[in-house]
Order: sequence, then C-alpha cells, then structure tokens
Amino acid sequence: MLYGLKIAMRYLTASKAQTALLVSGVAVGVFIFIFMSALIGGLAEFILSRTVGDISHVTIEAEIADPAILIDADGFLLAAIEQGRQRTATLRDTETWVPLIETVPGIRAVSPQIAGAGFLTRGAQVAQVSVTGLEIGRESAILNLEGYIIAGSARLGSGVVVLGRRLAEDLDLSVGQVLRLQSSNGVTAVLTLGGIFQTGTGMLDRSSVFVSLPTARTLFALPQGVTRIEIKLDDLNAADDTALRIRALTGLDAVPWTDGAEQLMEALNAQAQTGYFLKTFALITIVIGVASALLLSTYRRRPEIGIMRAMGAGRGFVVFVFVTQGALVGLLGGVTGATLGYLALLPFPRRDEFVSGTLPMDITQGSYGLAIILTVIGAILASILPARAAARVDPVQAIGQ
Amino acid sequence: MTELLEVSDLTKTFGEGEAATHVLRGLSLSLKTGEMAALLGPSGSGKSTLLTILGTLMKPTSGRHWMLGQDLVAANDVALTEFRNRHIGFVFQFHNLLPDFTALENVIFPTAVRAGRETPAARARGRELLVRVGLESRIGFQTTKLSGGQKQRVAVARALMNSPELVLADEPTGNLDRASAQQVMDLIHEINRDEDTTFLISTHDEKIAASCWRQIVVADGLVTG
Repeated sequence: MLYGLKIAMRYLTASKAQTALLVSGVAVGVFIFIFMSALIGGLAEFILSRTVGDISHVTIEAEIADPAILIDADGFLLAAIEQGRQRTATLRDTETWVPLIETVPGIRAVSPQIAGAGFLTRGAQVAQVSVTGLEIGRESAILNLEGYIIAGSARLGSGVVVLGRRLAEDLDLSVGQVLRLQSSNGVTAVLTLGGIFQTGTGMLDRSSVFVSLPTARTLFALPQGVTRIEIKLDDLNAADDTALRIRALTGLDAVPWTDGAEQLMEALNAQAQTGYFLKTFALITIVIGVASALLLSTYRRRPEIGIMRAMGAGRGFVVFVFVTQGALVGLLGGVTGATLGYLALLPFPRRDEFVSGTLPMDITQGSYGLAIILTVIGAILASILPARAAARVDPVQAIGQ
Repeated sequence: MTELLEVSDLTKTFGEGEAATHVLRGLSLSLKTGEMAALLGPSGSGKSTLLTILGTLMKPTSGRHWMLGQDLVAANDVALTEFRNRHIGFVFQFHNLLPDFTALENVIFPTAVRAGRETPAARARGRELLVRVGLESRIGFQTTKLSGGQKQRVAVARALMNSPELVLADEPTGNLDRASAQQVMDLIHEINRDEDTTFLISTHDEKIAASCWRQIVVADGLVTG
C-alpha cells in the first residue's frame, strides 16, 4: 500500500493551493474544538475551585442518636427527650480513624474538627459566630486559611482566634486585640486576634471564627473526640467513590460534597453538554469540508481514475488512495489546528492563576490528542463516500470524457 | 502461431426496450500470438466497443470471450482487473497519461500498482522501455511538458511495461502529426517483431491498416472481412 500512499500524497501536493485551503479549514475546526475544550474545562475548573475548592470534599459527622423515650408496659409513651437544636454528637476514637482514613488513595488531607456556635464580644459589641476548632499546624488543610490571610497569621496557638475581614470590620478589630468568645455551652474564653482572612465568601468572612482544637475542646466541653472529620481529595470528582471506600473501611457515615450539590452538578453538566455540542459541530464541519473537497477531487480526477482502473488498479486501490488523502488532510489539519490552539492558549493564565476579568482558559484541558485522533477518524469517515464513488467510476466512460 | 484469444457470437446492447442500441450483433473473431491486426470500419460500427470488451473493461451482453485459456465472461471484477494488468496493454488515441506524474512514473504504473510499490526492477524496466521509445532524455519529465508524439510514445512504453501478450490500440496515431504517427507505428512494428506481442489496432488510416498483416473489417456489429 506504499504505492497508494505515494499516489495520495502526489494528488495532495499536485494541487497545493486547494490542499492548503482544505487543511486550513480542518485546522480551524480543530482550533475551535481545542479552544472550546480549554474554555469549557477551564470554566468548570474555575467554578468548582471557587465553589467547592475550599470546602471539605468528604465529611464524616457523628450520627445523632434517636431521642430517648420512656414507654410503660402497655406501650404508652410516658416521656420523650426533645432533640436539641445544637449538634452534640461526637466522633470518638479519632486517633484510630484518622490514620486509617489517610491510607485511602487520593486523600490529600484529613482534618478532625470541633464545630459549634458562639458569640464574639468586644466591649459592648456582640456578634453571633460559628466556631471551628482546627488542629494546630494544619489550619489550612481544608480551607486555604493561610492563602486568604490579609493581616497577621493563620497560625492557631493556644488562646488565639482568626476571623474574617467583614467580622473584623463590624467589630472594628485589628490583629493583636483581645476579645471574648462565648460558646453555646456557656463557656467563655478570652482570645487574642491572631489573623484576619478574606475569602470573598460572605458567610465565611462575616461569621466564621477559627480557634485551635484544644481551645474548642474547652469552649464546647469536649475533652475527647471531635464533632466532624473533614477530608480533602486530590480530585474532587472522586468524592463519591472515596466516600464509599471510607464507609466500607470505617463504617462511619462519610458524605461526599456532591450530596446536596445537585444544582451545581446540573449546571456543570449542562455546561459540559454545551461544550460537547459545540465540539460536535466543529467535527461535523470538518467532516463536511473534507467530504465535499474530496468529492470535488474525485469528480475532477475521474479520467485519471479511469486510466488507473484500465491499467489494472483495483477498486480497493482507488478507495485506499482517496481514504489516505482524507486521513492525511485530517492529520495535517489536526496537527496544525492543535499547534495553533496550543499557541493561542499560551498567553492565558494557568489554571491555578485565574484572575477576575480574564477567560478561565485551561491549557491543560485542550484535548489536543483527542482532537487530532477524532479529526483523523472524521476525515477518514468523510473520505469513504468520495472514495467509494471514485472506485465505482466506469473506466470506459471516464477515459472517454 | 498459437491462438491467443477467441470471441464468438458476441453481442452488446446498450439501453433497454425501444431505446436499445445493438452495437455488436453476434461478432466472432480470433487472434493468434504475435499477430499484427488492423481493425477497420466506419464510425459507429462497433470497433471501440469490441476493443473495450477485448480489454476486459466491459462485459458483452452475450457470447463467449476466451483469452489464454480463461473464460473472461465468467470472471469477476477482481479477476478481470488482475488479468488486464498482467496480459493486456492499452494505447489510446489521447495518450491518457497521469498528468501529475513523470514519464517514468507513468510507464511503471502497471507494475507498481500490482506490487504495491515501485521496485528497482520496475524502475529499470521502465527506463529501458523509455530508452527504447527514444525518450531517454525525458525520463524524469512531467508528462504535461512533453509533446503529443512524446506522450504517445510514453503511452506505448506503459502498455508494454508488464510484457502483455495483447496490446489494444485505439487510433494510436489519430491525434499525431504525420512524422510522430510514423514514429509510433515504427515502434509498434518493432515491438511486435522483437517481442512477439499481439497488436490489434483500431484505425481509419488505410496506410496504417496496410502496414498490418491482417485487416479485420467490422460493420454493423459484425466482422465482415
């Protein structure tokens, strides 16, 4: 079939302008395919990183026991303890679970936490806050606290509190000042403001405070255990599978972030579908372009096909010549389009450097190989019809033209 | 001389019903190895159709067609293509060369298409044939840069590439000036003499016909003389 390849290449190089035009058309289609892949992928990455990048990807919370009831011998309910609004269930044996969970593949960080509600007081000013106790030295395991600090430090020592910018502004606080934090259990601690963060998320910046785990134990009267374990993954899309693994491994109620994020998932899926449509249209354009150009070439070369057939070229040989032309056009256009796409994406910021006001293009999601492979396959499929038409050429009629 | 081919009771009809045109009407003919025959007859007599059938480019409507002991009416397209490649050469009135290829590439096409590549042996044979037809200085030329007579000589060389037993020539000099026509005919005679190749030449030129050993006259779809 080397000879068929030679004929195909000769036909392509014989009409340089036509071939260049055809390859350019294919390259534009591939360029659009890659651009859309990078844009849709980058957008999804951007949205996810902004929405769930800083939250726990899998969360384990202690199961709340059913309220205690008292029933007499005849089955009548005598008394029932009403469920309190505050979550009081605790996970015990954290020291056992954490190392075990850390062995699960794909886990980046495990953070045992104590969470509760409280009131922050400075002079006469009071603010209701949600309090989270974090392990000292692992403050940024889940939320990148270190990265959001705008004043002071994220380091949580004993008697230190870190809070959001909006809250600090509301209470007119600055780093180094002393304030009082009273937990919902009624325990009060006097703390020094060690750092102020700004995440850009209203709730966090306005009403969240972080203290060390020992401080939280004092505030919520929890000498042992934690109220939850937050887990961060390398790939947040693996949350469902990882949660299942953790459940199987520990028997704990591990919940992935996707539970309760159906709307976000739907939006991302819709966006992905839009991307598929656009990419499909780009491919269809390529296929139609190649098919029409090769059909024209078939028509133009009918006499030559007739001569070849008369000289002993089989129908299979003719099909091979035209399909190879399609494949070569697809390959050339694919590689050209992919190269141009890559070069066009280079000036955009990297995925971890997205800034507001720019398109969140992700150069790593250009699907370059896939674009080239699909283009070659598409071009081959597009060339089958013209190739079959060429193979059916009647040599007698063609030579007589 | 042994018998090379035989056709008998050959008919060819184009169209159907009232629109049917009967071009061949039970034509019978045989050719022997090494014969040099001229095919004569007025336009529309069926000469070209007969050449097309003998060249296995078209099947007859009915009748027998044997060559080298093979029944070519019963053969399928693949078998006919291979048979044509190995045993039959063509020289057309309008050279019918591949325009994007050189003289040498055109000549070796029948061998290369069978082998799937251009072998050194094929290249050597192609060069030898081009030297023989007097085109040693035009071997690497694009065919578009050759004169009409040169193109026709390339076509003759191509027809001989696979050393076929039969060469069918349809008005091979019809598009050439007198000098070029004479050159081509001299070449054909020389090859016929040296290689024992059978030639069947369709022509209107009485001088060319007279130079052949045998004249076959076709009229109204039948051999009349």
